[in-house]
Amino acid sequence: MVFYILTGVILMMGVYAVVAKKNLIKIVIGMLIIEYAVNLMLVLVGYRKDGLAPIITKAEESTAAFVDPLPQALVVTSIVIGLAMTALMAALCVRLHQRYGTFDILHMRKLRG
Amino acid sequence: MITAILLILLAFMIIGSIIAIETKDLLSSVISVGAVGLGLSVVFLLLGAPDLAIIQVAVEVLTLIILLRVIITREDVTVAHRYRYAEVFATSAVLVFGGIFIVFAWVSFRQLPEFGGPLLTVAREYLGSGFSDVNAPNLVTAILLDYRAYDTLGEATVIFAAIIGALAILRKTGRIHDDRNDIDS
Amino acid sequence: MTGMTLIVKTTTRLIVGFIVVFAASVILHGHLTPGGGFAGGSMLACGFVLLLLAFGKKETHKVLTEPGAATWDSLGALGFLCIALLGYVAGVFFTNFLPHGTPFTLISAGTVMWSNIAIGIKVAACLFAVYVVLAAFRASES
Repeated sequence: MVFYILTGVILMMGVYAVVAKKNLIKIVIGMLIIEYAVNLMLVLVGYRKDGLAPIITKAEESTAAFVDPLPQALVVTSIVIGLAMTALMAALCVRLHQRYGTFDILHMRKLRG
Repeated sequence: MITAILLILLAFMIIGSIIAIETKDLLSSVISVGAVGLGLSVVFLLLGAPDLAIIQVAVEVLTLIILLRVIITREDVTVAHRYRYAEVFATSAVLVFGGIFIVFAWVSFRQLPEFGGPLLTVAREYLGSGFSDVNAPNLVTAILLDYRAYDTLGEATVIFAAIIGALAILRKTGRIHDDRNDIDS
Repeated sequence: MTGMTLIVKTTTRLIVGFIVVFAASVILHGHLTPGGGFAGGSMLACGFVLLLLAFGKKETHKVLTEPGAATWDSLGALGFLCIALLGYVAGVFFTNFLPHGTPFTLISAGTVMWSNIAIGIKVAACLFAVYVVLAAFRASES
């Protein structure tokens, strides 16, 4: 239970970085921290006490006490999608810096394309 | 034993996130985020997910390289602005929202089964007949590519669209700007 | 972009072969050991990015150009879709229509191995392509 609350704390710190920071790179870092917290929460729900990784070896061919493999399959796709999203945000940062010369969002006021 | 190591690693991740958000140097904050990601990879390994630990390490290295490439040669030519009213409003709004979120999370996390005893409503059938249906010892891959292959197709589509978006933003030929110095090829 | 010093180039020449072979092994054995298409694809992209960082853009063009990376990306996605559409041979979209074989061997579990290969190629090519375009973007060109 305390692990879920700590994961919620990490999520709240990521939301704080996205909302209240003025530097564009800090906003990207906030999005990264939100992704870490969400993936961690999904894997924490599926953990089983003294459970093994869900790989069947030749020694025991029965599924005794495996951890839940379904959240792991979902988090696999989530991590790689997070990387594609970070690459897209980095491309936006590069373009914005080329256009305005700064990473400060308070100085990006001209809305001409 | 595992709960003690998990608590230490989660505390390490929280301290790393605080450093990444609050420090003024951009290079230090990017490296701190890298440390948080690697701590997350060790947590995945402890929670019985070696597949996720491999992917998290490789993705973390690529994220660090991309972010460092963005910040390393670009100086910030702004002057530091003074203390504004909007900053106080944003910080207090996030604190209020964070408080409400933690209260509701505490109430609603009690409905989850306790940590260490998952419900396994859907996965019981996958664990029971996964090996005999698919003949693949790696059950996570069997779920990803046989039972839930639609989700993998959707994920391939999302990555494809995001990368094409990034490539389209960074292309050289585009609209002709009329207020820049027009030295066009 | 230019490359790095001679020590980095020599070490990269020795190491990058091992990285590519290990990533290919993780992709191919995706149904036997932890790993699979996504893990192997990310490692393969890391290997190519190492080649680009150590040798510079001109030398890496002889291995894989940026339009070539985008082409491999599309081919990987199309391959995965073709495997899904070929499932109509056995009735439904996305069925596992190849023979299952004996467990714990390399060629087993039907279409899982081919899907792993298609996804590995796709992920490696797209992550490398986005890094090449990001690194070569200079501020003087608009």
